[in-house]
Amino acid sequence: MSSSIQVNLITGRTVQQGRALEGSKHSDEYTRAAGIIELDPEDMRKLKIYTGTVVKVTTAHGSVNVRAILSPNAPHPGLAFIPMGPWGNAVIDTDIYSVGMPSFKGVEATVEPIPEGKVLSALELMHELQK
Amino acid sequence: MTEEEVQKITDVVCPFCGCLCDDVEIDVANNKVVTTYNACTIGTTKFFSVNETEHRFTKPMLRKNGKFVPISWDEAIERAAKILLNAERPLLYGFSSTSNEAIGEGFKLAEEVGGVLDQTASVCHGPSVLAIQDVGRSAATLGEIRSRANVIVYWGSNPSAAHPRHMSRYSMFVRGFFREKGAKERTLIVVDPRNTDAAKLADIHIKVEQGKDYELVSAMRAALRGIEIPEMVAGIPKKDILEVLEIMKKAYFGVVFFGMGLTQTFGRHRNIDNAINLIRELNSYTKWIISPMRGHYNVTGAGTVWTWQTGYPMSIDFARGYPRYNPGEYCANDILVNGEADAALIIASDPGAHFPAKSIRHLAKIPVIAIEPHITPTTELAELILPPAIVGVETEGTAYRMDHVPIRLRKVVDAPDECLPDEVILERLTQKVRELKK
Repeated sequence: MSSSIQVNLITGRTVQQGRALEGSKHSDEYTRAAGIIELDPEDMRKLKIYTGTVVKVTTAHGSVNVRAILSPNAPHPGLAFIPMGPWGNAVIDTDIYSVGMPSFKGVEATVEPIPEGKVLSALELMHELQK
Repeated sequence: MTEEEVQKITDVVCPFCGCLCDDVEIDVANNKVVTTYNACTIGTTKFFSVNETEHRFTKPMLRKNGKFVPISWDEAIERAAKILLNAERPLLYGFSSTSNEAIGEGFKLAEEVGGVLDQTASVCHGPSVLAIQDVGRSAATLGEIRSRANVIVYWGSNPSAAHPRHMSRYSMFVRGFFREKGAKERTLIVVDPRNTDAAKLADIHIKVEQGKDYELVSAMRAALRGIEIPEMVAGIPKKDILEVLEIMKKAYFGVVFFGMGLTQTFGRHRNIDNAINLIRELNSYTKWIISPMRGHYNVTGAGTVWTWQTGYPMSIDFARGYPRYNPGEYCANDILVNGEADAALIIASDPGAHFPAKSIRHLAKIPVIAIEPHITPTTELAELILPPAIVGVETEGTAYRMDHVPIRLRKVVDAPDECLPDEVILERLTQKVRELKK
């Protein structure tokens, strides 16, 4: 189970994430909506995991635990998607290229399964960053 | 509950995304939202979010020993004013989910405290603003697009997720004055590296390699001038590129809606700059326009109002007493990542959820005042909460739709307890700051 893959990570909007924005950011609904990573079926096969497994996403800028789910927007092998939110933002590129805009899309990332891992809530992620 | 108690409010404007859908109807009973009609799933959630009181701030709150305790408005305003006045470089950020009136007040406060004023465009369509300042833009209202457009392109934008009613109200799946047959007369082209819901509906899906939009636009511009292009560009075969160009050249009226796929990837404003130039060149053949898909319902207003007031749409520094503009130096993320900000006022936005970790680490170290109705990642970092009435649901206000059409938002229910409109909170803060400065 210690296999890992390299992906190109992008973040962006989903309807579920949008719904969870309004008055539900403290809730599990938000974690279910945005504490996930959408992977291509091919990449899931390589990792030998299925929807629901916790994975650790690591980039040069940080790491975060999220639940892997089978992408509804496949095929996009090699491309992984985390909905916009604190989970994705824990690992995106903070270089703002002199225009103030971080690289929310297009970050090299490693994905490895950690079935025993825990996905933190949005508020817990903030507490981590306060340390 | 009897039927008499239920009151239907019509022509409500949805304060979620830049579409500002103005055909929403809402049933209200006992000052609670009971049913919404016509709104999308996200808009509906926003209207219902006002009912939820357990996770709603209804009184000003101060963090004491890690816990929020209610305080009076007078105390809260005085504390907030002092935090901003005592700071060397306060950041005032957000503003895109509030009214033009409040945005205007935000400018006055920023000027008074010599702060840095920024809005959510800086992590959204900021690069688009930069590109439009560089090369201009061919634009139209959504009404004109709906009436005329027969080729519709969504580039790096997934309206099915972020603007759920955009396609059915303004572009593809709607009848228009000159498009009586609706979708049958229109062609939908989606440029996206993933097979998104919008891409699934498209007549043509150009599955561009992620981050290679600039190359694809350049190839299209070259081909438009009759220059030979390589067999494969950005993962798209030459044949497909030429085919799409032909459709674009023969359009009666074409529109490109673009989103974060262009602004947040490598190249940023240069991607938009290039895309605008492609549209400019297509105008030698036929009518084409290009339009950013603005996210927050009044992010367009934040840029517009501050441009009247200061000449600049975002990232404005008042440290010297007059406005200076330099995205890349005065954007919220710039001054957080660089550790410059020593206090922050966050309004109508949630940088806790939407800024990179490095920015938040700094935000966590400085005093944060949040004008925010609900518990969010930002309020977890805040030491002072000033609870607002939600614009467009609990209080009126004006907002700009993504095509710069101003629309008056309606009030549907009364705000709970001590919540005040953003405009009033900011006005009181500015007054207090002026008083303390004397």
